[in-house]
Amino acid sequence: MMRKRTKFGRIAINVVAGLGLLYLFAPIFFIIAFSFNKPNGNFNIAWQSFTFDNWLNPFAEKSLTSALWKSLEIAAISTLISTVLGSLIALALSRYAFKGSSSINLFLVLPLTTPEIVLGSSLATLFLGQNFIDFGMTTIIIAHIMFQVSFVALTVRARIRGFDWTLEQAAQDLGASPFRTFTKVTFPLILPGILAAGLLAFALSIDDFIITFFNSGSIQTFPLQIYGASRVRIPPQINVLASMILFLSVAILMTSTISGMRKSAEKQKNARKFNVLHRK
Amino acid sequence: MGEAAKDVIVLDHVSKRYGDFVAVHDANFSIAHGEFFAMLGPSGCGKTTTLKMIAGFEQPSAGRVMLDGVDVSDVPPYKRNVNTVFQQYALFPHMSVFDNVAFGPRSKKIDESKLKTSVMEMLEIVRLSEFAHRKPSQLSGGQQQRVALARALVNYPSALLLDEPLAALDLKLREAMQIELKRIQREVEISFIFVTHDQGEALTMSDRIAVMSQGHVEQIGTPQEIYRSPSSLFVAGFIGSANLLPGTVKSHDGDNVVVTLQAGPTVRVTGNFSSCAIGEKVSVMLRPECMKPSSDVGVSGQGLNGVLTDMVFQGATARMIVSLPDGSEVTCLADSSARMPDAQVGSNISISWGADGGYVLAGWPGKAGSTSTDVDHIESTL
Repeated sequence: MMRKRTKFGRIAINVVAGLGLLYLFAPIFFIIAFSFNKPNGNFNIAWQSFTFDNWLNPFAEKSLTSALWKSLEIAAISTLISTVLGSLIALALSRYAFKGSSSINLFLVLPLTTPEIVLGSSLATLFLGQNFIDFGMTTIIIAHIMFQVSFVALTVRARIRGFDWTLEQAAQDLGASPFRTFTKVTFPLILPGILAAGLLAFALSIDDFIITFFNSGSIQTFPLQIYGASRVRIPPQINVLASMILFLSVAILMTSTISGMRKSAEKQKNARKFNVLHRK
Repeated sequence: MGEAAKDVIVLDHVSKRYGDFVAVHDANFSIAHGEFFAMLGPSGCGKTTTLKMIAGFEQPSAGRVMLDGVDVSDVPPYKRNVNTVFQQYALFPHMSVFDNVAFGPRSKKIDESKLKTSVMEMLEIVRLSEFAHRKPSQLSGGQQQRVALARALVNYPSALLLDEPLAALDLKLREAMQIELKRIQREVEISFIFVTHDQGEALTMSDRIAVMSQGHVEQIGTPQEIYRSPSSLFVAGFIGSANLLPGTVKSHDGDNVVVTLQAGPTVRVTGNFSSCAIGEKVSVMLRPECMKPSSDVGVSGQGLNGVLTDMVFQGATARMIVSLPDGSEVTCLADSSARMPDAQVGSNISISWGADGGYVLAGWPGKAGSTSTDVDHIESTL
């Protein structure tokens, strides 16, 4: 009786888990599958027939492609700036206890918790009220940096929580100037955390719609272009480019996971080697 | 001038305050070239703060730190010719052993070919040549310790500062490293300034010891001086084990002092405490190994009578606990080969000591009788 119930439980758990995964991944499979569809008309929403045409001409839609390049450009610039600024904030917050550091902590979380619609609209009013910058690339980049900085600072800070600051003392003790201490000791050791934060910031920039929408002027980023075009037509190239972005992020994720697994495996191997040496 | 050249480090009335808290009060001593100098004391006594002021990580609130005759009080650590071995070694985890050791010379822009020979030479001295390409995480604790030593010594500093360098090692390795450190120090002929809370370690390794307590330097001297003639009750209790018996001064007798002990008898003891007035409260320090137990009760002269309450055979020696008439207990370390055949727990016993076996100190101890200086134990209960 007991055994039977356990078996039933196992089946039930697998079914539920399968349904959960299906719910998560069905839209993604749909996107990839429809990148191989040969649509009948302007809307790529009903399955017609299989084709490689879309993948052979991924950049056929000129406006879509230029929007993608714009998005990549914005993401690259804003990520670079926000990663530098955010990392410096994280370093200052973890390295020193200073007056106002706790209020900075609060301010860092605010952009994460404030609804994007509020951030976007209030930033737009700010830009409207001045005559120095026109709406366009600059305003989008400024807007993106605003929320990226928080994510970068919090990510980097979490990653360097266990950093051994006596290493900096050791470097200075060995005659290294503060600059050399940073470039040779501190920076190489916190670089993985900074890179992870940079990737996150990049993804957030590519992805953002609401804040960008309020501050874009006449610039069409990738999400804005898709949204604007979707009322008139949905070409299969959207699916192709979306799939490409998806594959790229999965590839990055896998490389970092695999290299992490390799490192920990190497560590275990070394530990074993070490134990063997010492048992002799 | 001659003295200035000889002394590598001079602390000239150095104090360090954090707000109202005085971490170091008026430290005033110098360390000679090639000396193995220990700063010893319980945690929070200011020894590490003193070391940090020499290294440059802390600035003195008052006084001067002189290095090779030059005032370096305001010179940043990377411009001082001293190097530190940190308690947890602080090896750079992303660099090989070779690159760790080469870090100092590279900071001084010494060219690679010259640097390579001096780094390999130093790795030879610490016996780690074959580990040059390894990462610190692939080494044992003792090996990491030696990398930290090589990394500091390759710069040929005026003085090497060691902050509890053996605390992270297990007992067996610690004893081996004590000998190793002495050997390396003799080989490189650099002053070692060594911070420790372990009095055994300080006695074994150092040429001179500064005993510190609550920011004050209590005494500076050779291990023998500090062990035989402690300057205060704190030093007497902290170094080795000691029986501290309270009493009052009865009279002076040349260099000796005659003291009436609370435990009863009047004894004549030595001590540099010659200025004490008649009737002043003093303590008599008796080292356990200086006392001879005997079953002849009532010997005249220097001695105490009591009851043997416990006896532990320890191989070469036997540890005897003797209860005195006033209720205090003294510990006595007897040569076990000369152990009295009829010594039994509960029997009456007398203990005596030679002419210079006792030593007089000012003040009364918090608790009469034997003190234990198992500092590790004290610190673990803190």
